Amino acid sequence: MKRHIAALGRATLDTLSSIGRAGLFLVQSVFCLPSREGFHLWLRQMHFVGVMSVAIVLVSGLFIGMVLALQGFTILVGFGADEALGQMVALSLVRELAPVVAALLFAGRAGSALTAEIGLMKATEQLTSMEMIGVDPLRRIVAPRLWAGFVSLPVLTVIFGVVGIWGGYLVGVDWLGVYEGSYWSNMQDSVDFVDDVLNGMVKSLVFGLVVTWIAVFQGYDLIPTSEGISRATTRTVVYASLAVLGLDFVLTALMFGDLG
Amino acid sequence: MDDPIMVEVKDLHFSRGSTDIFRGVDLQIPLGKITAIMGPSGTGKTTLLKLIGGQLVPDRGQILIGGQDVHKLSRRSLFKLRRRMGMLFQSGALFSDLDVFENVAFPLRIHTELPNAMIRDIVLMKLQAVGLRGARHLMPSELSGGMARRVALARAVALDPDLVLYDEPFVGQDPISMGVLVQLIKKVNLALGLTAVMVSHDIKETLSIADYVYIIADGKVMAHGSPQTLNVNDDAHVKQFVHGEPDGPVPFHYPAPDFFDDILAPAGQFS
Repeated sequence: MKRHIAALGRATLDTLSSIGRAGLFLVQSVFCLPSREGFHLWLRQMHFVGVMSVAIVLVSGLFIGMVLALQGFTILVGFGADEALGQMVALSLVRELAPVVAALLFAGRAGSALTAEIGLMKATEQLTSMEMIGVDPLRRIVAPRLWAGFVSLPVLTVIFGVVGIWGGYLVGVDWLGVYEGSYWSNMQDSVDFVDDVLNGMVKSLVFGLVVTWIAVFQGYDLIPTSEGISRATTRTVVYASLAVLGLDFVLTALMFGDLG
Repeated sequence: MDDPIMVEVKDLHFSRGSTDIFRGVDLQIPLGKITAIMGPSGTGKTTLLKLIGGQLVPDRGQILIGGQDVHKLSRRSLFKLRRRMGMLFQSGALFSDLDVFENVAFPLRIHTELPNAMIRDIVLMKLQAVGLRGARHLMPSELSGGMARRVALARAVALDPDLVLYDEPFVGQDPISMGVLVQLIKKVNLALGLTAVMVSHDIKETLSIADYVYIIADGKVMAHGSPQTLNVNDDAHVKQFVHGEPDGPVPFHYPAPDFFDDILAPAGQFS
């Protein structure tokens, strides 16, 4: 019994200390002053983290928009409301699916790659050698990646949303025969820029910060062995996905919770 | 030791979990000399280099570099101090996204405002010194272990530091690479007048170039002196290490129950 209590205490202390380290790590990284060199490093990471995630976001956005339209049509047509298809597809995407699914895809593709990359740098002593050369790895390695994730996820979310709406159009209008004018005009009438689009963007900014923070911290804090890298990469995907889903509920409650 | 002191370690205590790595280590690294720190595997030699470099914090004691207490410096001052230090890592630790030229140029680009033409000249001079000027366009993944370590040496001395820390520079090298590295370290040190701390357990090679040697075991300095005096030292620890005897104060066997009891025990009793 005593052993179990001790183990529980140890686990609690480890978790608290890890959260503390992660918090300090975020503060130290976020406030690294930008420089000309830093801007180039950030651009390079924008390519790695953002541009290289575009393909997966395009394909996923297209299919999710198409599925939404197909499912939505079969339900709406029963109520004779198939003309509201554009509204349904756009609101679902802009408020929920684009920020959440883009963040989950981002965690799987860019987040795991960031953890593995930084972890491998740690395992091969590249981070230590950087420190010994007098260069702070938080400034040179972590900060550009953190800022690249924070900036690129909202852009990926916009791409996801736009392609999804187009996918919905292809299925709804071109295939199922919904009137094109009603698809677009219902969407235009019902989607509010501040309540829907901006709130969706706020979500993706929060997700971008949290997912990238988890990814770079897991890479920086891992045990530098092959097993340590593999575990940290898995932790990144699991923690980031859970954080996105949990935070989505909290943010949705804050943004749309007073409707009832 | 009458030479002026560059690095001074005083009453150093350090532990990992419940294991004591150092229990009161005192040593002095003289200016402009090669000082070797030797000892069996697992005695904390690399840990000592990390403590000197300020990457680890001791439980007790002080490490002074040029009179500055490494562990009382702010993060910014510590990074400033490190600009006067170079370190050669066991793995080379070259940046995998930069080619050989850019790896050596890295400290120069970060810490100096030199024009590109001058950086190019300095890098080519450093690479010429380690014999790899012709390999400047190769990526680290295209280098052999020995070549990677030579590039790492060129990078470690790129800024002409005051102090260079060598972490097991000869480990895993073939005889030719090892010979090349021994000569290079000696020549570079002489040419640049560096103070060097070399952690190693390659006795022959290290004793051939070191000016002064410390042997560490059981968390303490077991012996120190010139290579000549250590060769004739009578201490059991020193003799076992210097002459490579398989058994002695450092036992061959890891602590275990009696062998026969272990073999004859019912399955699961000792495992």
